Amino acid sequence: MKMSDSISSDEVKHVANLARLRLTSEELEIFTEQLGAVLDHAKDVEALKLDDVEPMSHPLPIENTMREDIPSPMLKPSDFLSEAPVVEGGRFLVPKILGEES
Amino acid sequence: MNQVIFKDNWELIVGLEVHVELATQTKLFCGCLNQFGNEPNTNVCPVCLGLPGSLPVVNQKAVYFAMRLGRALHCSVNRSVFARKNYFYPDMPKDYQITQYDLPTNLEGYLELPSGKTIGIERAHIEEDTGKTTHIGTSGRISGADYSLVDYNRAGIPLIEIVSKPEIRTIEQAKSYVSELRSIILALEISDAKMEEGSIRVDANVSVREVGENNLRTRCEIKNVNSLKSLGRAINYEANRHISLYGNGESPRQETRHWDESAGRTRTGRSKEDAEDYRYFTEPDLVPLNPSEETITKIDQEMPELPSKRRKDLANLTGAKSSDVALLVERNHDAFIFDVIEGGGVPEQVVKHMVNNLSAGLGELSTEAFAQLTQMENKSEITSTQAKKILGELVKSGGTPAELATELGFEAIGTKEIENLVDQLINDHSDEWERFCLGDSKVQGFFVGQVMKSTSGQADGKVINQILNERSIDNK
Amino acid sequence: MSGMVPEQYQSASEIAELVATGEVSAIEILERYLNQIQEYEKDVHAFNLVTINEARAVAQETDKLIARGVTIGPLAGVPVAIKDNLCTKGITTTASSKILESWKPPYDATVVKKLKEAGATIVGKTNLDEFAMGSSTENSAFGPTRNPHDISCVPGGSSGGSAAAVAAGFVPIAIGSDTGGSIRQPAALCGVVGVKPTYGGVSRYGLLAFASSLDQVGPFATSVKDAAIVHEVIGGYDPLDSTSIKQAPESFLDMFDKGINELKVGVISELMGGIDGVTHEVIEQTNKAVSALSNAGAIVEEVSLPAALYCLSAYYLIAPAEASSNLSRYDGVRYGLRVEGANLNEMNVNTRTEGFGDEVKRRIMLGTYALSAGYYDAYYGKALKVRRLLAENFADLYKDYDVLLSPTSPCTAFKLGAKVNDPMMMYVNDVCTIPSNLVGHPAISIPFGSGKDGMPIGVQILAPPMKEPVMYQVAHALEKASQ
Repeated sequence: MKMSDSISSDEVKHVANLARLRLTSEELEIFTEQLGAVLDHAKDVEALKLDDVEPMSHPLPIENTMREDIPSPMLKPSDFLSEAPVVEGGRFLVPKILGEES
Repeated sequence: MNQVIFKDNWELIVGLEVHVELATQTKLFCGCLNQFGNEPNTNVCPVCLGLPGSLPVVNQKAVYFAMRLGRALHCSVNRSVFARKNYFYPDMPKDYQITQYDLPTNLEGYLELPSGKTIGIERAHIEEDTGKTTHIGTSGRISGADYSLVDYNRAGIPLIEIVSKPEIRTIEQAKSYVSELRSIILALEISDAKMEEGSIRVDANVSVREVGENNLRTRCEIKNVNSLKSLGRAINYEANRHISLYGNGESPRQETRHWDESAGRTRTGRSKEDAEDYRYFTEPDLVPLNPSEETITKIDQEMPELPSKRRKDLANLTGAKSSDVALLVERNHDAFIFDVIEGGGVPEQVVKHMVNNLSAGLGELSTEAFAQLTQMENKSEITSTQAKKILGELVKSGGTPAELATELGFEAIGTKEIENLVDQLINDHSDEWERFCLGDSKVQGFFVGQVMKSTSGQADGKVINQILNERSIDNK
Repeated sequence: MSGMVPEQYQSASEIAELVATGEVSAIEILERYLNQIQEYEKDVHAFNLVTINEARAVAQETDKLIARGVTIGPLAGVPVAIKDNLCTKGITTTASSKILESWKPPYDATVVKKLKEAGATIVGKTNLDEFAMGSSTENSAFGPTRNPHDISCVPGGSSGGSAAAVAAGFVPIAIGSDTGGSIRQPAALCGVVGVKPTYGGVSRYGLLAFASSLDQVGPFATSVKDAAIVHEVIGGYDPLDSTSIKQAPESFLDMFDKGINELKVGVISELMGGIDGVTHEVIEQTNKAVSALSNAGAIVEEVSLPAALYCLSAYYLIAPAEASSNLSRYDGVRYGLRVEGANLNEMNVNTRTEGFGDEVKRRIMLGTYALSAGYYDAYYGKALKVRRLLAENFADLYKDYDVLLSPTSPCTAFKLGAKVNDPMMMYVNDVCTIPSNLVGHPAISIPFGSGKDGMPIGVQILAPPMKEPVMYQVAHALEKASQ
């Protein structure tokens, strides 16, 4: 399969970083090729005149769906803490956070 | 243009981003309680825990509050769309924050400072709060922490973020902007607006430029400012940091910095390489908000009088000093004061009691009773100490001041009686009297004290002073 | 053909009636289906989990209530299988992902709640492509599902487990989700009926999101009528889903037997050879369906849906973009898999790298790229505009036509492993089904004959939003013609 110029392996690496994924060098090569193929295909859209077209984020024109400010039942900690990987004193424990402050 | 010089030839440029927690009963996207101080992870449900499959539904009250604030800040209220701001952080249960991006609810308004200056408002949008991360370790700071613990009780609490234009030019204006915004919020009853509890959080975008320069230079965003005082200190520190960097031929780098109150300095903050690529896109789980003309008209009709107007009116009516006026408006007591004065209350006494003796609330106090009380006091039928006591009774259980005065035995000591006492004192203490007449004000207290002593404190201090002054003039 | 596909299916409506009248007990019905599962599940692997004990308890409870004279809902005693991306309270819900391998939700999806209220007996959770990303059910962390018509073939996907379960006679009804064809394509490949409802017609609350603006929950059944009955049970406004339609739908069954005389049907030419990849035998079979409708009195004409040519491109930007955000929450903090690391970031990366399969990673990265600052306008922004064009195309056609028709899948069931290594080739499987998702319209796939290999072929009826009654009306006519 030919390499696409739609996306470089550096860009794939960057995107994997943003998405909190690690790729082996083999995976990086394969994913770059595969993502390139999809993005190449997506280029067919360039044939369309789209300047005056309004983007459509929602399939149906529903607006103003809201709820009243009324309390509803909450979960008991035992309902969800048992599913948590690590808990301490009713709170979720995460490893130390780097790069926040110097 | 009147330019304000910050230091040497430098001008200060500040824009503020103020986050306000809304006082709704429930969270922004679920029916969990919007409450402070509960056990960790007890005010949560699948939605605000970000459990797979859960979906947000927006709280109508929060939207109403946001539009109300928007109108109070003279913004246009628009069709708005929620967006996702994507970044990984454990205090965000979905690892994205639901906020508004290119189509916020409120756009383009202004806020008028008590000084009369207006500061432009760029936008005021709705977003959800994050959970709370506590860093565990010897230092208590994130950098020295061994691990962190996350509580999602705060996750999903409704916020409005009000973004000012970079039109603030002094530290005083910055503080005044925040306190004015606070009083508007209190007047609208949309938040308890307590800065020290975090229900108002202020981030300051600070830069400097040389006087006469038109472009804006690199700004830094200062977070973690917990009081008006530290806001002033943080801006001052940061502006000086920029000036000295420029003085050394260097430039500040655009970044987020944290204010360290104890060290009195800002520190560089989050510097993740991907921090800026939030990949905003329309939140597909929510639909656009599109308020009708009638909705906006109704909000305008329900708009209470705003603090700036109320302060002006109250100052005109009472002639009170501006800090008292601001306080009384903040306490929402101005309408009551208007009624009291209209019913014959004496402005000076009314303001005095409102500021000093009624901070805990008005209780059973009626406007008529209060008006009568100030008249009695003004006519010296009772002393100010007695008035305060009677006022306390009126607040507690109502009634009329005249009856209470009789009941409490506050028969006013007549002026004639006080005159006799004063004359007697002048005779008995001629040395002191000479010194008083020569202008030694220290002995005034002696005379007043003596009269009080012989009347068991029932005499009116004002009347005593008045008589002393009359006698001293006669003496000359 | 293997012997596991029953000669004849018993309909859900018949079961419900037998159970409600006490003629057959719910437990008896259940045991019959459990026997079929016992016999063939090892070959098909339709289920991630069969909840035998819970199902027996429910069936016994149903029988007790009936004995006491309590009226049960329209699905009394009907065994139902649930796609494993719908939350079931206290029952493992995995999305066929390692990252959620043992997650037990503390709540039921709205759809599950409604099925229970209607008297259904939930028998288990069905296999899918991980997080519903795929068209073959090969992207499951727990192994592929096989097509009951030929176990060397895929059942389609992503709801392959649900489709196969119905086809194999494991259950009369199964629930799936359809983001780009994930109900209709496996229904076609397995020879059963599958429906994607109008977007907002069925609550998404409790559906593990893949692409929120495209996802819809819908039924699999062995007849159009059963599908309509189940659709009515699971549909309707849900205050927990902001995108739920408030307006009550018209009855899906009122027009059911009215015939299709004078109804206007448009055949989408772009999906009948206009786009590469739709096989000759599928086109041929679809043409037979066209003739059948015409014979039944419908006015059938060829129509053009020009934007259909660009749907695949738009879909494979929009769906991954939304997915990249929806799947961020699987970070090892609150639930599911956690692979430790020296710090938070490492833990996040380790968890996600180990927890997600390749296809999911591919789509997360694609979507992250499409949304990122420099490329948003070029990719995601354009895709949203194509979506608008498509909606306008459809609106124009529905001025003149009651429903539209096309093949469901461009080909019959393919062999396991045939397409797994070429994502683009796999994505083409969705070419006929994607348009309905992009615009939020309803569509149904009905089995209509088979290909040279003896594998089922499905025909798709598309209708305007909230026009399910006419969709079912035409589908029912086609079903009759195929028998």
